[in-house]
Amino acid sequence: MKYLPLVLTNLFRKKTRTALTAGSFAVALFLFGILTVVDSAFQQGVDVAGVDRLVVLNRVSIIQPLPLSYRDRLARIPGVTQVTFANWFGGVYQDERNFFPQFAIDRETYRQMFPEFVLPDAEWQAFLADREGAVVGESLAERFKWKVGDRVPIKGTIFPGTWEFNIRGIYRGRRVQDDTTQFWFRWDYLDERKTFLKGWVGWYTVRIANPDDAVRLVKAIDEHFANSPAETKTDTEKAFAASFVKQMGNIQLLIMSIGSVVFFTLLLVTGNTMAIAVRERTRELAVLKAVGFSDGFVLALVIAETMVVALVGGGVGLGLAKLFTLRGDPTGGLLPFFYLSLDAIVLGLGLALAVGLMAGILPALAASRLRVVDALRRI
Amino acid sequence: MVRIDGQGNGNNLIRARGLGKTYQRGGEAIHVLQGLNLDVDAGDFVAFMGPSGSGKTTLLNLLGGLDVPTAGSVTVAGDEITRMSTRKLTAWRARHVGFVFQMYNLIPVLTAFQNVELPLLLTHLSKAERRRHVETALAVVGLADRMHHYPRQLSGGQEQRVGIARAIVADPTFLLCDEPTGDLDRKSADEILGLVDRLVTEHGKTVLMVTHDPLAAERARVVLHLEKGVLVDTVTAGRAR
Repeated sequence: MKYLPLVLTNLFRKKTRTALTAGSFAVALFLFGILTVVDSAFQQGVDVAGVDRLVVLNRVSIIQPLPLSYRDRLARIPGVTQVTFANWFGGVYQDERNFFPQFAIDRETYRQMFPEFVLPDAEWQAFLADREGAVVGESLAERFKWKVGDRVPIKGTIFPGTWEFNIRGIYRGRRVQDDTTQFWFRWDYLDERKTFLKGWVGWYTVRIANPDDAVRLVKAIDEHFANSPAETKTDTEKAFAASFVKQMGNIQLLIMSIGSVVFFTLLLVTGNTMAIAVRERTRELAVLKAVGFSDGFVLALVIAETMVVALVGGGVGLGLAKLFTLRGDPTGGLLPFFYLSLDAIVLGLGLALAVGLMAGILPALAASRLRVVDALRRI
Repeated sequence: MVRIDGQGNGNNLIRARGLGKTYQRGGEAIHVLQGLNLDVDAGDFVAFMGPSGSGKTTLLNLLGGLDVPTAGSVTVAGDEITRMSTRKLTAWRARHVGFVFQMYNLIPVLTAFQNVELPLLLTHLSKAERRRHVETALAVVGLADRMHHYPRQLSGGQEQRVGIARAIVADPTFLLCDEPTGDLDRKSADEILGLVDRLVTEHGKTVLMVTHDPLAAERARVVLHLEKGVLVDTVTAGRAR
């Protein structure tokens, strides 16, 4: 602690330079924070996927339906303990930009299959009792200022006409990552009103007794429906979610590439700045050594200065990123999980310190190897 | 007692024997110091004079442990510093040597107090003890009322006083002064020399000083002349004369 004033006073020697260097860290770490948030948003479905759930789709494509009759056949496969199904609706609320996912769900089984979504029993009962009932996530309700009892018209794009729903419940997620932007309504209402594909569903979700048995069951299910008019393609819920992310391209590679370029540039800028700072103070560092400060101390002093700049700048950048995310999804529904986690903040600070260390090490080594007599010319 | 004939009694504070320093420049060997002997007792005030390039500063560097000789040895208070590792030598400097530089070499972003406190940061003294030592050192040089001033807020003479306070604050075994008045006007130089004089007479410090200024050299008890890397004569000067 007694050396801290020495570190801090050196930093304030050139205030503008220190501010600009810290600012570089702040910008880089702000970008890191936002990129991490975007990556997490894309990966959110993968992260929260249930380990004991499989998704059963039509083998041809995700938009091809499966017969309702598969529900009972799936339930009879050994190892399957529960079955539910849902249908993509794809309607528009007021404007096409107001995107949010709408699912027609099986009212009897859906809630049990997804216990991570929580809502009061009374609201669920009200939903079951109303053919036009709907349950919405709390983020979605907040976005459109909906409350229980509101009547919401949605224009069908796949299923023509205007569909009116009564909001009977608002669910929340057990975990912060759980998607609370969904809109559920009853599949029986959809099936009753639609004019085609009656008795068909979008996909099934099945719960299995033992997650370790997933590979065998995936195969067993697909074999069970082989050579039928609607063959299936089964995956774990995690793999299913990951395939969605892959459809948008290699988001992680893109984010890693951008992040790497930013950090490498930061490393060069900071390294150059520190090299200049050390060169300007050659004489002072020599004096410190002359009066008895060791090479190791001088090394640590220069590195400590860089680390303080990195920590302060990085902290500001991550703080700003956190503030930015507190305002919620800026895309209007494309990134429902827009959240900067504590893990990401700790990782960001670690990266900032690592860059600070790497940027400071060469100038610090040069300072520590300085020969006093050469630097002073005369004592 | 100062001797240059290598016949010291063995109880001298500083003893150099056969001291040599050779630099290689462009394949050519430059012998800056050659077989130099020196004995200095505790409490002596020695001035080194000589033309530029005669090896005065190199000698001070070797005696202060800032450089290592090509030949010979330096022993201070029984410790042969020329055999010490870099790490040990650094620690030894902190304990035994106070440096006063021609250009003061204060750290501009630190106050006078903080500059003087620097050598004490290497000790195990508490904050309160460090404060007491710094205040005492600044009082000795007459700058107790300027302790919170930055170097830019001080005159050249005052800056050099702070430099001297920094040199004495850890109570080193001896002081090495390289042209301490070389950058000062006559009045300020006289004040600094008076201060160094008091450190010797009142506080019993041992001082080795390099100077070009005959008036500065007069303050010393002994003046040694260096020519081409060899101490050529000893002159008893100043008050002792």
